[in-house]
Amino acid sequence: MLNVNHIYKTLGVFNLRDVSLKVSKGEYFVLLGPSGAGKSIVLEIIAGLITPDSGEIEINGINLNSKRIQERNVGLVFQDLAIFPHLSVRHNIAYPLHGKGLKKREINRLVIEAAQSLSIEHLLRRSTTTLSGGEQQRVALARTLVTKPDVLLLDEPLSSLDVERRAEIRKLLREINRKGQTIIHVTHDYEEAIALAHRIAVMNNGIIEQTGTPQEVFSKPASSFVAGFGGIKNFFRVNAVSKKNQDLAEVTIGEQIAINLLGNADDEGYITFPENGVSISKSTTDSSSQNVFVGKVIDIYPQRFGVEVVVDIGVNVYSLVTQESIQKLGFEIGSQVWVSFKAGSVRFIGGL
Amino acid sequence: MQKSPIKLLFAFLGGLVLLFIVAPLLGMVFATPLASLVDTAADTEVQQSIWRTLSVSMGATLAFSVLAIPLAYMLARHNFPLKNVVLGIIDLPIVIPHSAAGIALLGFISRDSVIGKVAGSMGINLVGSPVAIAIAMAFVSLPFLLNAARDGFAGVPERLEKAALVLGASPARVFFTISLPLAWRSIVSGLVMMFARGMSEFGAVVIVAYHPMVAPVLIFDRFNAFGLKYARPAAVLFIAISLVVFVVIRLIAIKRRKNA
Repeated sequence: MLNVNHIYKTLGVFNLRDVSLKVSKGEYFVLLGPSGAGKSIVLEIIAGLITPDSGEIEINGINLNSKRIQERNVGLVFQDLAIFPHLSVRHNIAYPLHGKGLKKREINRLVIEAAQSLSIEHLLRRSTTTLSGGEQQRVALARTLVTKPDVLLLDEPLSSLDVERRAEIRKLLREINRKGQTIIHVTHDYEEAIALAHRIAVMNNGIIEQTGTPQEVFSKPASSFVAGFGGIKNFFRVNAVSKKNQDLAEVTIGEQIAINLLGNADDEGYITFPENGVSISKSTTDSSSQNVFVGKVIDIYPQRFGVEVVVDIGVNVYSLVTQESIQKLGFEIGSQVWVSFKAGSVRFIGGL
Repeated sequence: MQKSPIKLLFAFLGGLVLLFIVAPLLGMVFATPLASLVDTAADTEVQQSIWRTLSVSMGATLAFSVLAIPLAYMLARHNFPLKNVVLGIIDLPIVIPHSAAGIALLGFISRDSVIGKVAGSMGINLVGSPVAIAIAMAFVSLPFLLNAARDGFAGVPERLEKAALVLGASPARVFFTISLPLAWRSIVSGLVMMFARGMSEFGAVVIVAYHPMVAPVLIFDRFNAFGLKYARPAAVLFIAISLVVFVVIRLIAIKRRKNA
């Protein structure tokens, strides 16, 4: 569907190097990376706002390089949304339809259809300057989707929203994607990436470090950057069930391992918990931790700070401990140990 | 607001400046008997000169805006070699004496010049024509429009233009539907300033066309020939009409944009 082949671009001191992506029809693809990684530049190159120094962009086998911006049929929603402040909501949404030889009635029908699909029909007559962040986001999406783009490019679409709106727009984006819309979504937030992506490409400093499913990228990071950026080796796909009359939910990895987390959840999803929140001991201790497992040390890696211990409890759990602890307690590969971590340190990312 | 000595001092100094501007004008108004004002208003020569001033300045402003607005957009959006030189050239009419500008323009449109010859071959003598007046007015007032429009375009986020392009609009459509409407307030200010500056121009106009007389030349002419007493009513009348015209244009232009 969309092929980005070996794109190079130099912008001042910044270099985009050998960026290649393949996105299939209907896929939700997330470009993940810290700010300054070059993610937005990739979007602008696909849209045609920036011309690459070399490399090719194809959609459905057609080379876009020589096509003008307005001929590409690519929709781009900017981070700041770029809503036209001098036009009403209706005229914003109708903007891309003018100049296409459509009859007024047809334009009207398409505008209403787009507004309905984003639940903003009641806003059509409003001035855009009085809209809330979530409403503006919907207007920007409607304005882009009304053109029925081959690919929808989203630049940090959730970054300017509060937590509640974020969940709402996330759900909306997933719905849009389910209807068959191919999406490339740029973000610096790995949680957002995990929650939405079919596949993720992790970008850093102008290059793509790794591409794969969330599971592949976070469980088997291909580089220290990916590992560090995600920062989450303890990453598992789970089923969550809330416990009655408790502020806990129990999630199961596969069929045997049950982990408690603080909060309620009844959903499929992912859990993560930080390596430095996992304690290891030689025996069971009385502690406030809800999650205690026995397992076997299968690997010990020195890190820049501390030592990473991999313990097999049925799945591999990663713990970051100090060099001193290792020596004091005499852990080595093959030792039986107890692993514990607090229910409060487990994050659940649901709504897949 | 807290009252500090420095604020009081500044308010006092500011008041002096305002008084400096307002006092002579008010003094002139109060020194003019109503009867002479009525007589002057009935004088066809005065009426014609005021009408000529307004219409020629308006014509010059509109005609030159077609050239100036695209240039202002270019200057706001693009960098090119010698851009600073171009910016300097634009401000040139503000810094040179207007009588000198008039002399330069006279050479430019006289019968010996290329333009003068072309006009002459069609039986038109530019010198002393409304066209000459318009050229003189535009020469001294263009910087006001160019600078205001350039600021206006620079204030339009480039992102909005990019968004419109991605939404399938051609660059021309982007200019007319996004850039121009969003810069409109500044452009209107520039047009009003250019119109006003053109209307009030004396130095350059008097050299390229003493006749037909525009109001500033007529005021000077009356002062020269008959003295202060006769020049004053014409001056008061001209100022009053100019003020009314500015206010009306501004209101109409801004309101139209809002309704659009």
